[in-house]
Amino acid sequence: MEKKTYSNLVVSSAPHIVSSVDTSRIMAMVLLAMVPSLVVSVYVFGMRVLALTAVCIVASVFFEWAYNKLMKKTQTVGDLSAAVTGMLIAFNVPSGLPFWIAILGCFIAIIIVKQLYGGIGKNLVNPAITARIVLFISFATEMTTWPLPRMAADAVSTATPLGILAEGGAELPNNMELFLGFVGGSMGEVSAIALMVGGLFLIWKKVISPIIPFTFIGTVFVFAFIYYSVTGDGNALDMAIFHILAGGVMLGAFFMATDYVTTPLLPMGKVIFGIGCGLITMLIRLFGQYPEGVSFSILLMNVLTPLINNFCQNRMYGGAKKNEK
Amino acid sequence: MSHKHLQSIHVSHYKHTAGCATEVMPIPDVVKISMSQHIGAPCKPLVKKGDYVKVGQLIGDVDAFVSAPIHSSVSGTVTGIEEQRSAVGGVDTLVVIETDKKQEIFEGIKPPEVNDLQGFIKAVRDSGLVGLGGASFPTHIKFNPKNIDDVHTLIVNAAECEPFITSDHRLMLEDTEDLISGMQLAMKYIGLDEGFIGIEENKPDAIAHLDKVLADKGITNIKTFKLQARYPKGAERVLVYEITGKTMNAGVLPADLGVILSNVTTFAKLGEYFRTGMPLISKRMTVDGDAVNQPKNVIAPIGAMINDVIAFCGGYKQEPRKILMGGPMMGRAIFSDEMPIVKNNNAILAFSKAQSLVKEETACINCGRCHQACPFKLIPTALADAYDRRDAQALSDLKVMQCMECGSCSYVCPARRPLGFTNKLGKAVVKEAGIK
Repeated sequence: MEKKTYSNLVVSSAPHIVSSVDTSRIMAMVLLAMVPSLVVSVYVFGMRVLALTAVCIVASVFFEWAYNKLMKKTQTVGDLSAAVTGMLIAFNVPSGLPFWIAILGCFIAIIIVKQLYGGIGKNLVNPAITARIVLFISFATEMTTWPLPRMAADAVSTATPLGILAEGGAELPNNMELFLGFVGGSMGEVSAIALMVGGLFLIWKKVISPIIPFTFIGTVFVFAFIYYSVTGDGNALDMAIFHILAGGVMLGAFFMATDYVTTPLLPMGKVIFGIGCGLITMLIRLFGQYPEGVSFSILLMNVLTPLINNFCQNRMYGGAKKNEK
Repeated sequence: MSHKHLQSIHVSHYKHTAGCATEVMPIPDVVKISMSQHIGAPCKPLVKKGDYVKVGQLIGDVDAFVSAPIHSSVSGTVTGIEEQRSAVGGVDTLVVIETDKKQEIFEGIKPPEVNDLQGFIKAVRDSGLVGLGGASFPTHIKFNPKNIDDVHTLIVNAAECEPFITSDHRLMLEDTEDLISGMQLAMKYIGLDEGFIGIEENKPDAIAHLDKVLADKGITNIKTFKLQARYPKGAERVLVYEITGKTMNAGVLPADLGVILSNVTTFAKLGEYFRTGMPLISKRMTVDGDAVNQPKNVIAPIGAMINDVIAFCGGYKQEPRKILMGGPMMGRAIFSDEMPIVKNNNAILAFSKAQSLVKEETACINCGRCHQACPFKLIPTALADAYDRRDAQALSDLKVMQCMECGSCSYVCPARRPLGFTNKLGKAVVKEAGIK
């Protein structure tokens, strides 16, 4: 074999191979994990769910694209994080919300919360959660007009299970209806089973750590169980299950409180974060003005995340000094 | 063992050549033998232009503690002493020998006669042995720790956790006798009670073969130890923990835990030296990568040019854009294939353009995969932030000096950040700041 010489080779630092999992792949898996909930939502609320979800995704991706274009930044729509934000915004609003309000929410999430802070990886708080809260406070009527699930016989709008609980009087839906999602509520939050399927898929694929979802949901359960045991307002176990199935706990715990950027990195920090979310959620639900507290709890814990990160000590291997045991 | 495993990652094995019996490469027309083939003081050439040298003849040495002598791998005429830019960026002195292909053996070559530790250590130095797993630390120093009375366990690193490389695997199947006798010699003279050969479980044939040979010989104080086939089980501090369950703190040597540890090839070469008297002059290596025509395991003379070795493997299948000395996780990319084989080469990997692209870096998303991948649980993303600020104190507090640059963090990073390499730069920042 003839000998050839090559003297212009590529020189780069090791390692020279990398995992196939990149940011786009991670975001694509999150999108995939939201599909079961989307399917249930379409079944429960009708085709407008699909239209509103499409509007939110397109608007979010457009705002991301346009901002990068305008600011002459590297284009980042390919990482799919804007699409995830768009879909989460859709999941957090009622299916009857006017499109323009949803688009405004996407603007708030992508431009104000994410891009003005430096884009992906730099935002302090969860864009979708913050957009939901801004919309909720600014458009209280539109954001709390809950279209009727197909299972209900009459009336044009209904209340969420937590709304019924806060108002008192009317009968609560049973836990099986909650589990399946045949109740009023935001588009993507109603079906606990669908959200759990998606969340467990993400845990199985190692996209998210189970720590935050489990501590969050566990804290809600324990808090509710103790509260109803003490007050005696109904069966404590039933009410504890009601609280983890109702409202945004499943959606928040699996899909929003697990956002990498705005949550702690170390396991101990994740535990603190999850418990904090659960506590604040229950304090708002049981003692606050609003019937639901998941989004506020996540936002507040987002803000505390840098502090939690500083507080947590990392226990590394062999970090002790030479003469320590 | 009941202790837990250290964190590790799954990396595809790509062990294409595991079934390729080793072939001995013919002597090339010219060899260039480097005088810097170990950590420590480079050797000075002991020959000059026009000298005739024979196989096994001493051609380079230096009177320094941390050093190892260098021998000719061929017979032929010295045509010059050259200087060449090395893969690391320094300048190497090379003894250039035009071979006569007669491979005449140097007269002084005979098995060493040893009857005590001192003689053993001298013989190890004379053999030119260095750590052949990659670090090339002179073996005679490693075998003679300050606390030699306290060491009791021998660990042979045969993990071969780097993808592609199968040379150690082949060695265990092909040079079993030399490996075991090398281990027994080290155990006898250093005074070690038991020996472990740490092998990843993706080499079941090697484990079974060694178990059988050890059983046939009635050797009971040497055992194989099955490791998870995950990266980086062959890293020194990881391997000591996996086998002994003892945590190796920063700055601690294996000997401080009673362990003498070296690479499997080192022991096989030691056995060979005591059998034949021939010092370290050739090396088994895996030649692979999508730019190589016939990937295989090759025994090449030290000083052979990389493009000669590739020519022996059928030449290039397509234009190479990246060539590595070593594996893809920790190997070094070289700028030219006109470089000589050195003692610690265990692989030459040549990749086409498609597999040589450097991925574009994107923003950190704080996913924590780097932290979950690090065997020592460092926080590479925080270290990278500290490096970006050139914050020496923060780098030191986050234990950048503990990083062994295994590259697991860079491998798993979904944003393609060169985290492991950044730690290397971070160490320089800490050293410059003089933080202890």
